[in-house]
Amino acid sequence: MPQITEIAKTGSQRELEMYFGPQHLGMVGNFSITLKVEGDRILKATANPGYLHRGFEKLMEYRTWIQNFPIVCRINLVEPDHMEMIYAMGVEKLAGIEVPERADYVRSIYLELARVGSHLFGLWAYANMLGFDTVAQWAMYHRDLVLDLFEELTGGRVYHIYIWPGGVRRDFPKGFKDKIVKTLHSIGGCVPDYDDTFFNNRLFYDRAHGIGKLSQEQAKSLGAVGQVLRATGMKYDIRRVEPYAAYDKVPWDVPTREDGDAYSRIWVVRDEMIESVHMIFKLLDAMPEGSVYNRIPNPFKWKIPPGEAYVRCESSRGELGLYMVSNGEDKPYRVHFRTPSYSHGLTILEKVLESESVADVGNIMISLYVVAPEIDR
Amino acid sequence: MGKPNILSPFKAIRFLFQKPKTLRYPFEKKEPALRYRGFHLNDWDKCTGCGNCVDICPNEAIIMVEMPEIEPEAGKKNERPQLDYGRCCFCGLCVDICPPGALSLSRDFFHIHFDTDTFTFIPKDEERDKETFLPAEKYSVLKASLTHRKKDYEGFSSDLDYALFEPERVPMPEVPAEERKLSFIEQVIGYNKEEAKRESARCLECKLCEEACPAHLKISDYINAIYEDKPDESLRKIFEDNPIPAICGRICMKYCETACSLSIRGEALAVRWLKRYTSDVIADYKKTLELKPKPSTGKKVAVIGAGPGGLSLAYFLVLKGHKVVVFDALSGGGGMIRIGPPAYRLPVESIDKDVNHIASLGVKFRFNTKVGADVLFKDLLRDYDAVYLGIGTSVSRSTRVKNAEKCILALDFLQKNKIGKPVKVGKEVVVIGGGNVAMDVARETLRLQQMQYSGERTITKTVSLENWDELPASEDEIEESKEEGIEFNPAWGPKEVVLDDKGKIKGLQCKKVKSVFDEKGRFNPTFHEDQEKLLSGDMIIEAIGQGSDFSFIPEEMMENLEFTERRKVKVDENGQTSLPKVFAGGDIVNLNLDAVTAIADAKAAAQGIDKALSSQV
Repeated sequence: MPQITEIAKTGSQRELEMYFGPQHLGMVGNFSITLKVEGDRILKATANPGYLHRGFEKLMEYRTWIQNFPIVCRINLVEPDHMEMIYAMGVEKLAGIEVPERADYVRSIYLELARVGSHLFGLWAYANMLGFDTVAQWAMYHRDLVLDLFEELTGGRVYHIYIWPGGVRRDFPKGFKDKIVKTLHSIGGCVPDYDDTFFNNRLFYDRAHGIGKLSQEQAKSLGAVGQVLRATGMKYDIRRVEPYAAYDKVPWDVPTREDGDAYSRIWVVRDEMIESVHMIFKLLDAMPEGSVYNRIPNPFKWKIPPGEAYVRCESSRGELGLYMVSNGEDKPYRVHFRTPSYSHGLTILEKVLESESVADVGNIMISLYVVAPEIDR
Repeated sequence: MGKPNILSPFKAIRFLFQKPKTLRYPFEKKEPALRYRGFHLNDWDKCTGCGNCVDICPNEAIIMVEMPEIEPEAGKKNERPQLDYGRCCFCGLCVDICPPGALSLSRDFFHIHFDTDTFTFIPKDEERDKETFLPAEKYSVLKASLTHRKKDYEGFSSDLDYALFEPERVPMPEVPAEERKLSFIEQVIGYNKEEAKRESARCLECKLCEEACPAHLKISDYINAIYEDKPDESLRKIFEDNPIPAICGRICMKYCETACSLSIRGEALAVRWLKRYTSDVIADYKKTLELKPKPSTGKKVAVIGAGPGGLSLAYFLVLKGHKVVVFDALSGGGGMIRIGPPAYRLPVESIDKDVNHIASLGVKFRFNTKVGADVLFKDLLRDYDAVYLGIGTSVSRSTRVKNAEKCILALDFLQKNKIGKPVKVGKEVVVIGGGNVAMDVARETLRLQQMQYSGERTITKTVSLENWDELPASEDEIEESKEEGIEFNPAWGPKEVVLDDKGKIKGLQCKKVKSVFDEKGRFNPTFHEDQEKLLSGDMIIEAIGQGSDFSFIPEEMMENLEFTERRKVKVDENGQTSLPKVFAGGDIVNLNLDAVTAIADAKAAAQGIDKALSSQV
C-alpha cells in the first residue's frame, strides 16, 4: 500500500496518494494520473501514459512507404485524418512528389470536416464527463452525420485511409458538395441550442471558469499548441503560420480567447468549429476542377532518396509534427511523431492540476483535449 | 460569448416533443455508402492469380491458394487469393494494385461465427458463387455472414485513374513513317537510360511473363536490374536462358508482353525493348559476362543451321565443355533471322554481335557450307557424337495459281535485299499473304520503290485470304504498314496471274473469300466464285508461308525419321528424334515458328545432348 509508505516518508497524516484512471468514469481513454492530495486539493499530479503503446513508430520501419499509409491513421482514432495528412506531407517532401491543385482543396475540405467531427467528439466527451448528457448526445449525433459524409467519400467511417502521397484516393462522388453543405447547415442550425444548453449555461460556466488556468508565458514555455495556446490569447495556427494544402487560398480567421482557463479553451473549440464550417463553404466555392492524384511510383520498387524531413500541420488539438528519415530504402529508416497530446497530457496537465480540486481533474484534462493514443503511439 | 444564464438550458425541453434521431437497427435500415469498404469480392474470370494483392497487403492477410479446378494458362495462374479477416484492415490497397481490376470490396460487413476458421475465406463474386450471393428479397440482415451476402452490392472498386501501377508505357522513340519509308534505317530507336529506368519501374514482379515465355527467361530479375541501373547484372540474368538478346530484343514474338498483367487494362511492360536496351548498352558481352566453359569433354556436336536455335544450342553446349561446329549455307549467322526480318527491324550488325560472342566462346562456324552438298549428313553422323537439326523453314511456298512461276518468292526477295543486291521492284507491286513475312515484304518493297522511283507514284498492296480480324500478322506490323501507306485487300484469294500479250505481269485476278477456316478450325478456304476483281500490278511477290527442306537426309534415314500429325519432327523431352544421335528443335519441331521457342527447344536439347554424351564412356 503506497499510501502508508508515503505517509511514513512525509510524516504528514493529511497527504494521500490516489489514482485517477485508467478505470475511472471521468477518464477518457487509456490513461491515468497519480494525484497527491491534501483534502480535496491536489498537491502534485503525475501523468501515467503507456497503457496504449502499440509501437507504431517502430512498426512503420518495417513497412514499405505505401504500406504505412493505412497504418498511420490508427495512431489517433478520434481524428485519423491529420495523421494521414502528415504522413503524406512527409513522404511528398522526401520524395519530391507534387500534389494537384484540386487535391489540395479536397484535402483541406476533408481535414476541416475531420476537425468538426473531432471537436464534436471532444464536445461529447466533455459534456458527458460533466453530466450534460443532452449535449453529449447531440454532439455524438452530429458527429455521426459527419461520419456519414466520410463514409460516402472514402468508404470508411472511422479510419478513412484517404489522403495518400500524391493526392487523395478518390475524387468527390456525384452530388457530394451539396451533401456537405446540407449536413453542415443542419449541424450549424443547432449552434444556438448548443449555446443555450452548454456554452452559455451558467452551470457549465461555474464549473469551467477559472480552472486549469494557464498564462500565455506558461503555455509557451510548456509547449502548448492548438486551442490551449490560443485560449491564452496567442494567435498561433500552423495553417496560418506555415500554410499547407489550400489554407492560403481562402480567407479565414484564427479564433482566440484571453483567459487561458478551461472555459476559454472550450470556447475556442466552439469558435473554431464554426470557422471551419465557413472555411469549408469558401473552399467548396473556390475548388478548381481537375485531377486529384499524381500517381506515385510503383509501390514494389519505390525507394525514396536518402534524406530527412520535418513537416507539421494543425490537427484539431494543435500542432502535429512528423520527423521522418529515409536512407534510400523502400521503407522509412525512422519515423517520429510530435503529437499535441504529448505536451498537453504530460507537462501541461501536471502543471495545471496543481492546487486544483480533485473534482475538476477530469474537467481540466478534457478541456486540454488529451487523447491518450496520441501520447503513447 | 453571451452572458452565462441559468435559465437558457431549459429551452432544450422542446426536444422532448421531437421524434428521436436514433435508428432502430435492424428494423430501420441504413444502407452503407456506395464506396463502402466491406468484405472482398473477386471476379475469378478476370483474376490472373498474379499475387500482387499478397505483396501489397500491409497485414499479410492475403495468401494465394492453388485451385485445382482452374486450368492454368499463359498469363493466368490457377491460384486465387484467400483472405484472413482476423488480419485484414479493409484498407483496400489490394483493390488499387489489382492489375485486372478483379478484386473489389463489397458493402457487406457482417460476419458472426463461433468457428474462427470461417474468418479465412476465398472471395468470389456472384457469378461464381450463386449460393452465397442472394437477391435482395432472399437476403436477411439477421443471417448476414460471409456465406449469406447480398447480390449486386459492390462497394469500393478499382479505378484505373487511382491505380497503384502505371498502365501506360513509356513511348518508344521511333523514326516517323514518312522518314523511315525512304530508307532501311532501323525504325525503333531504342530507350535511353532514363526511359529504360522509367519503363522498368512499371514492372510489378508478378512473374506471369516468365511462365508464358517458352524459354522461361528470368524477366522480373533482369528488368529489376535495369531499374537498379545494373545493366551487367541484367545481361547475366538474360544469358542464363537466352544467348541472343540483341536479336530477341528486336524481333521476339514477346509472349511475355501478352501475358503481362499490366496489359489487361493498360499497356504491357515493354519487356522486349528493355532486353534490347540491355544488349545495346553493353558493348562487349564477353568482358561483362566472363563466361568460362567447363573443361573439355572431348565430345563433338554438329549443329545444322545457325539460326536462333542452332546458336543457342551451340552456346549452351560449349559452356558444358563440348566441342561444337555449326554448319550453315549462308555467309553469316542467324539463319532465317539473318535474311527474314528486314534491316529496318533487325540490322545485320545486331545479329553479328550475338553470333560473334558465341564464336568467341569457342564455337566453330562453317558458313557457306550446305549440308547435303558441301558436306554429307552421313559424314556428320560418323564424325560427330551428336547432330542437331536446327534447319528451320527455309523454302517459300507458292500459291501455284496459273502463271505463278512469274511471281517472286518472299524469301528470295528478302534475302537479296538484306544480304545481296537489292531487287529492282515494280512501280505497282502486289504482295500475296497476310502474315508477318508478307508485311516485311510489303514494307521492304515500299522502301525500295521510294529509293528506286524517287518522286514517282508507286503503290504497294497486299492481298490476303484472311479478313481484318483474322490477319495473322501482328497488330503492330499491320498498324505500322498502314502508317507507311500500304494498301490492304483482305478476304480476297488469288485466282490467276494475268499477263499481257508480251508475257509481262498485268495484275492478279482475285476472288472473294467466303471463309478461310472450316468449322473444325482447319485451314480450308472457300470462295464466292462469282465475285472477282483484278488487282493491277507489274510485280507480284508470294509470301504465303514457308516449308522445310529435308533433302540432305538420305532416303533410308528419312524413312525412319518420325513426324507428328501436324507434319513436325517428333522429338522426346530431350529433343531427340527417332534417329539415333540426331536431335532437333525449332521451326521443324514446334508450331510457334519463332526464335524464342527455338531457344527453348535448344535449351531442352542441350540438356538432352549433354546427358547423352555424359553417359557415353
